[in-house]
Amino acid sequence: MRLSASISMLLASALAASTALAQKSAIQSIEEYRAMLQDGNPADLFEAKGEDLWKQKRGPKNTSLEKCDLGKGPGVVKGAFVELPRFFPDTNRVQDLESRLLTCMETLQGFNAMEIAKTPFGRGEQNNLTALATWIAAESKGQRFNLPQSHPQERVSYEVGKRLFFLRAGPHDFACSSCHGQDGTRIRLQDLPNLTKNPGDGIGFAAWPAYRVSNGQMWGMQQRLNDCFRQQRFPYPGFGSDVTIALAVYLGVNSQGSVSVAPSIKR
Amino acid sequence: MKTHHHVILSLLAGGVIVAGCASSPTPAELDKTTAEAVKASFRDQGIVKVSVLNTDETAKACSAADAAGKPLDEKMAKAIEEANLKTIKWPSNGKFLGSWQEGEKLAQSGRGLTWTDDAKTPNGGNCYNCHQIDKAEISFGTIGPSLYNFGKLRGVTDPNSPASKAMVEYTWGKIWNAKAYNACSNMPRAGHMGILTEAQVADLVALLLDPKSPVNQ
Repeated sequence: MRLSASISMLLASALAASTALAQKSAIQSIEEYRAMLQDGNPADLFEAKGEDLWKQKRGPKNTSLEKCDLGKGPGVVKGAFVELPRFFPDTNRVQDLESRLLTCMETLQGFNAMEIAKTPFGRGEQNNLTALATWIAAESKGQRFNLPQSHPQERVSYEVGKRLFFLRAGPHDFACSSCHGQDGTRIRLQDLPNLTKNPGDGIGFAAWPAYRVSNGQMWGMQQRLNDCFRQQRFPYPGFGSDVTIALAVYLGVNSQGSVSVAPSIKR
Repeated sequence: MKTHHHVILSLLAGGVIVAGCASSPTPAELDKTTAEAVKASFRDQGIVKVSVLNTDETAKACSAADAAGKPLDEKMAKAIEEANLKTIKWPSNGKFLGSWQEGEKLAQSGRGLTWTDDAKTPNGGNCYNCHQIDKAEISFGTIGPSLYNFGKLRGVTDPNSPASKAMVEYTWGKIWNAKAYNACSNMPRAGHMGILTEAQVADLVALLLDPKSPVNQ
């Protein structure tokens, strides 16, 4: 289903009323539409697939991911998501969920991480990575974000992420902050969370991975950030690159204490 | 001991954020690490080249001020506005107003210059993403102020009259290079950065100032 078509239908009746009223009821209609979507989230399917993938013996080494250390010790999944990104001594870098999964897929299963990182979203092992991320996020649903900031590199990542958030560049001078730097604004009819502070439970960082109704795709945080950069007219950020991870640290630390609702459903 | 930020080749192309020891890096060191992370993380894709990240002094100063959480000092803001004002190219045929109908189409379009656009995609003005313009369009953003009745509220009844000259020029200039009037405006510099052509800017000026435009009804 295309959202634009759905919204147009919803808007058609609203247009008959006066403009001020029409706008209010248009937004209400969209809210109702979103509420209806909550009845069944196709993210469930990705969740189930992700759990299977975690337990399945796969890759050149024919091993499962069950010994993967997501930050709380090998094999501990519950609660791991709300503490990511964090520093990992074995790779000597701060990693988000998706780049950490890549590490495990390479070290435990023998996959080529670089190759998967270069694969476009929605294809091959990238699809499996998204499903895994969806399940792992779901295992922390309802928990509060609590990213560690005790390691120096975690603090450096936050500071770098902050600078990246405000980085104006490209032909339009757009930064993340152009759209997400103030309260109560929107693009067209889309409400924009202010991500320079805690936007609240289940909003912004606390809503991804999410199923996107408008294109029928399941997106992890890496793809969410990637598409933000696309719309900013920035060049292409590498999958799991420092820029994407530092931004995730900035957003995640700002969301400290907020409840994760991932996997959520979006327009 | 000084903090070192080594550039290492990690598992994934990237990995420049590596603190050598426990001492906290200075803001200047963090700026450097950020620049290295940008260099290591982005690549060309489609029509978008990494060179679009080589920004001018305006973008650099505003980014730094935003990240620091304090506005530019007045002197710096003034200098940036003056530098941007000098870049404004006035209409070579002397015609500030084009077609408001074309302007409305441009205002609706948010296309162009992303890596999923091709070079032939005509660039849109992105106007409705942030502004209310024609009241008939209820899907408008609110990052910028409402432009409904833009000309009418400013008393522009005949855009060709001497009385309207200053407002006509301001409107052109603001669309051509918004930073000439507000150093760290969120608004793109549509003419200056080559997003829109002279003819397109004229169409948008007409959308805002033509007394026949729906904006001024």
